[in-house]
Amino acid sequence: MTARIGVVTFPGTLDDRDTQRAVRVAGAEAVPLWHKDKDLKQVDAVVLPGGFSYGDYLRAGAISRFSPVMESVIEQAKAGMPVLGICNGFQVLTETHLLPGAMLRNNHLHFICRDQKLRVENAETAWTADYTAGQEISVPLKNIDGQYTADERTLDMLEAEGRVAFRYLDMNPNGSLRDIAGITNEAGNVVGLMPHPEHAVEPLVGTGRTDGLGFFTSILKKLVNA
Amino acid sequence: MARVVVDVMLKPEILDPQGQAVQRALPRLGFQGISDVRQGKRFELEVDGPVDEAALARIHELAETFLANTVIEDFVVKVEDAEGSEKVAGAAK
Repeated sequence: MTARIGVVTFPGTLDDRDTQRAVRVAGAEAVPLWHKDKDLKQVDAVVLPGGFSYGDYLRAGAISRFSPVMESVIEQAKAGMPVLGICNGFQVLTETHLLPGAMLRNNHLHFICRDQKLRVENAETAWTADYTAGQEISVPLKNIDGQYTADERTLDMLEAEGRVAFRYLDMNPNGSLRDIAGITNEAGNVVGLMPHPEHAVEPLVGTGRTDGLGFFTSILKKLVNA
Repeated sequence: MARVVVDVMLKPEILDPQGQAVQRALPRLGFQGISDVRQGKRFELEVDGPVDEAALARIHELAETFLANTVIEDFVVKVEDAEGSEKVAGAAK
């Protein structure tokens, strides 16, 4: 049976099609989910893709957090369903408090778009099992509200529990504390990161590498083995 | 109809790059002697019916769950009277 991976579209989402494609390239079935749907259509996992949901008005991700689809996503995520938030999706996950901390405007105030080197710090989450701890990957990064912040206590907790999933290498593109590019929840089923693995799954586009594909093959393997 | 104002500010310990950018522009514009600028958001809520304690409690909850992200922001709720002056009705740090 093919794994069904839901990809949510909010008004203002940009990367839903790329994400659906990445899911298919990995060999799973991509199931489009609309922000007004409470019904998750029996998907096995959900990806919240990048973009500017609700125009980033109020705060990035703040309005989407109260959409009908997120009520179901929050409930299922707490019950163990794998959820990946990329860029705006990561911002939604911090606004829902499924992941700790918050996202601030980049410290230099510029929109940034570049190929970004990352180190995979935690290769035991639902979305990173096809990587190895310490592996260096390169995927595109594009955002203006990408500065990860949390209080010292939360940061120490994330470090101590191995919940920093990805760290920026070579340069910190936005002032994120402790070079954090992505984190996971305690159970390892919810992962959020600012860079875009879905843009690096085929050699023709993105970085010219397929370093991002591991996210989607990881979840597929986990669901098939589950 | 009454007006309730919710002011949202980044917590003092959170870096405010937008406020800093404004502050750095001041000398260039000929404004001296301003050592710090912090930028926040102001929400003006037009409330149907009386702004009693129950209404204020609801607005406080609205500010806490939606208007402000209390991980990084503080907020103050103020009631504006007919003359337009404001009275603080509650703050959250």
